[in-house]
Amino acid sequence: MHKPISTTDTMKAIQNIGLVFFLIGLAIFTGSLFTGSFSLTEQEVASFIESKGYKSDIIKEKLTEAVVTDEHLNIFQFSSRVRAAYQASNDHYDALIAKYDAEKNWDKKGEQFQYKIYGKSHTLSYEVAKKAGSGFVKENAGLLWWLTFGLAIVGALLFILPNIVLLGKEGIKNNGIYHESSTNRGWIAWLVLVYLVTFYLVLYFMPDYAVNWTYILDPISKTLNGGEASQWFVYGFLYCVIMIVMAARMYIKYRHNKYQVIRTTSVLFFQIVFAFLIPEIMASLNMPGYDFKNAFPLDYDFFFEWNLDSLRDSGAIGLFILVWGIVLTLIIVPVMVYFFGKRWYCSWVCGCGGLAETLGDPYRQHSSKKLVSWKLERWLIHSVLVFSLFMTIVTLYCYFTGTESFLGIKSQWIKDTYSFLIGAWFAGVIGTGFYPIFGNRVWCRFGCPLAAYLGLVQRFKSRFRITTNGGQCISCGNCSTYCEQGIDVRAYAQKGENIIRSSCVGCGICSAVCPRGVLKLENGPEAGRINPTEILLGNDVDLMALVNQNDAK
Amino acid sequence: MEHIVIIGNGISGVTAARHIRKNSDKKITIVSAETDYFFSRTALMYVYMGHMKFEHTQPYENWFWKKNRIELKKGYVTSIDSNNKSLNFAEGDTLSYDKLIIATGSKPNKFGWPGQDLDGVMGMYHKQDLDNLEKYAPNKNVCKRAVIVGGGLIGIELAEMLHSRHIPVTFLVRENSFWNGVLPEGESAMINREILRSNIDLRLGVNLKEIKGDANGKATSIVIAETGEEIQCDVVGLTAGVSPNVDFLKDSDIEIGRGVKVNRFLETNVKEVYAIGDCAEQHEAIGSRRPIEAVWYTGRMMGETVAQTICGNKIEYKPGHWFNSAKFIDIEYQTYGWVWAQAKENESRFYWEHKDGTKCIHINYDKNTRTFIGINTFGIRMRHQFFDKILTEKRSVEHVLEHLADANFDPEFYKLYEQEIVAKFNQENGTNIQLKKKSWKRIFA
Repeated sequence: MHKPISTTDTMKAIQNIGLVFFLIGLAIFTGSLFTGSFSLTEQEVASFIESKGYKSDIIKEKLTEAVVTDEHLNIFQFSSRVRAAYQASNDHYDALIAKYDAEKNWDKKGEQFQYKIYGKSHTLSYEVAKKAGSGFVKENAGLLWWLTFGLAIVGALLFILPNIVLLGKEGIKNNGIYHESSTNRGWIAWLVLVYLVTFYLVLYFMPDYAVNWTYILDPISKTLNGGEASQWFVYGFLYCVIMIVMAARMYIKYRHNKYQVIRTTSVLFFQIVFAFLIPEIMASLNMPGYDFKNAFPLDYDFFFEWNLDSLRDSGAIGLFILVWGIVLTLIIVPVMVYFFGKRWYCSWVCGCGGLAETLGDPYRQHSSKKLVSWKLERWLIHSVLVFSLFMTIVTLYCYFTGTESFLGIKSQWIKDTYSFLIGAWFAGVIGTGFYPIFGNRVWCRFGCPLAAYLGLVQRFKSRFRITTNGGQCISCGNCSTYCEQGIDVRAYAQKGENIIRSSCVGCGICSAVCPRGVLKLENGPEAGRINPTEILLGNDVDLMALVNQNDAK
Repeated sequence: MEHIVIIGNGISGVTAARHIRKNSDKKITIVSAETDYFFSRTALMYVYMGHMKFEHTQPYENWFWKKNRIELKKGYVTSIDSNNKSLNFAEGDTLSYDKLIIATGSKPNKFGWPGQDLDGVMGMYHKQDLDNLEKYAPNKNVCKRAVIVGGGLIGIELAEMLHSRHIPVTFLVRENSFWNGVLPEGESAMINREILRSNIDLRLGVNLKEIKGDANGKATSIVIAETGEEIQCDVVGLTAGVSPNVDFLKDSDIEIGRGVKVNRFLETNVKEVYAIGDCAEQHEAIGSRRPIEAVWYTGRMMGETVAQTICGNKIEYKPGHWFNSAKFIDIEYQTYGWVWAQAKENESRFYWEHKDGTKCIHINYDKNTRTFIGINTFGIRMRHQFFDKILTEKRSVEHVLEHLADANFDPEFYKLYEQEIVAKFNQENGTNIQLKKKSWKRIFA
């Protein structure tokens, strides 16, 4: 009967080797940012400026001064010089603007604005850096891919696959989750948080620093869409790779649970095909790259001027996307929620949900189940929904009337504010960065405007519910502990009530971890879906009638 | 204001308190020596296994009690003075009451084994047992082997717990097959296999002779009565059942048998003193139920019932149809109605087991009237409401099989076995039952 000890030991050794591979891959990936040399020739500066159509007379001089050099500049030095060059150019014209303003020379003042160069400094710097890099990473992209992605993927799989043996028989194996530093908010979890937060800060706010990563993926990008990789390509590719690897973990962990297996396959499919491949292929065909499953208002820039213009200029496909986007939000989303609950989107289709259900699964237990968190959730998520809708109204009003503001609010300002606060900070830095400490659905629970919209439909008009199985609940709390949305599932189950909550994304884990078979996600008739009871099934029926009657008084 | 004092902050006592608060403005005090706040005893195992932290076993946040004006007193009641309506505490103080609810639960059985009070010997019932286990069996280096004595639900849970920390376990079971006083042969054999599959050293048909200890009073080995075999171990789990925790009542006026004797209104022989939950013993068994039922939900139902009585709706305790559930390592078990270990004279059985040996159903019915009596289901979840209705309406076994699809409660996309089950029944009984498609209308009718 006894498994030879050596099998376990072998598997653990493989895991350790995997961990080492993974960490080496991660170290090279991170370290690659610090490599390479960045400079341009005078000619390259000239052609870059021409390609950008900058009118500034001094940017050429400033940029040349900054980056035409024999010095060995790393990306950080390079970035700071480039940003200073842009700053110097803009400062020059700002000074002129101030001067003409003082002189009340309005014509001259007005002229100066065309010379200014707009854009975020790190983004401007990224564009220059992308052309300026040289060095081992850029020249050996294929090798570097294997040393970073390759090693990390192989290492992660070596770490994950032995669990087929190590976890033992099929079934819920949450053993040790609260004993491990990585899954119990220990130092490893905090390190992961710092890494993820830094990653997102770089991605959103300092893309030039990550330019070496784009070199590693240039060959793949060129194959897919004909162009070089941007930081967003890096993010999209990384996103897919992480989801695939962590989906392998899900498949092993929940291999006894067909709902989990199918659901994981679904999110994986939608991420790889819809979010990644189709937009890339569309881009290679000179179409606007569009993620057909990304519904407004999660896709908050769908009604932004630049997108509407781009769609308008793209002929039939642009028109199709415009119509599809509106139909998706107004008809498909609510109708599907009516029949299946918001899970059809949040834990079967959505990219944010996809990452949460794969990379985030080891952290699902960290969502707060406190009542105050629920209160905060309702305020916050609905505020974001209102914010997104208001922003869109302002944007559309300005777009169609050609004005710059509506009700005194500048369209550009509200778009920038939303993109910064919600798009970058909430959805990215906090939403994913905080996984290891606050759970894997921080964004989905507290911030996503689409989730808020779906939730309202789910709460008030849907066939979906989690049915509580009569009086079988023993209040053990596994369901609540592992609810990623912070729903106190037990509070309902122990009262014999069905769980009807707007935030439920239908991941099905509460049902999976229940040791007594109490919970079942199902779509059924609306009648009796919400069933508040005081006395549970099993106690005498007369008493039930009596108490329920008392309650009705 | 009338003062209701409840001894015991388990599911029974807390349910009573919640319902009294719902229905009245009475002053409520819950007394416990075990923990400050109510927690779910059934979840202690998950804390040791690392699935949860202790705080997750507490169904209510700590502010709940104050908000609902339920006072919590930590203290150990040593005796009850029912003439003066007062409780005496080990800490020396007293507390007076107008109405008293005894909800003190159970304690693990100890049968006078030599060495049963050594260090490292414990039950798995109280919060303190968990603390003890954490102390004596934190890992496989400190605890090189554990021996568990007694093959019931707690025993197999303790085995699973220790196994989760890779501690070798020897499991002594008195019966010649696991829990076969309750489970019929097929199910019992299935659980034997499940235990062995987890590399737990299962010893059937053996009894504990003694526990040996070292000079420091710490357990070091056990001896098996039948074979005389001595097994070295660092922890001994005593899980040979539980009995009502009523020793503190021995010198009171309250009548006790094995538990606190109560009538159908959960009243004891002393006016305004009630007993509920595991510690209560019915004068006469209700239906086929045992006079003492140490089951989570019966405690809860008694709490619901006694709260009504105390708040002026005097109501009998009338538990409905029997049901229960458990999880044997990775195999879930549910039961509705009665399936005895041995079929009674008027009973006929239908047993289906999946070829992988981890799923089965066992249906018990009256062979003369064909009335459905009960079902055991292993590895397949079933709907409580479905069988409750079947039992109330006294439906036939054929009716149950015909509507088996309505009963299934497994997660979506799970493989369904109803066709296979019905085919087997037809084959064995020469019937021609046609399985009906699942109908929401019937399920929610």
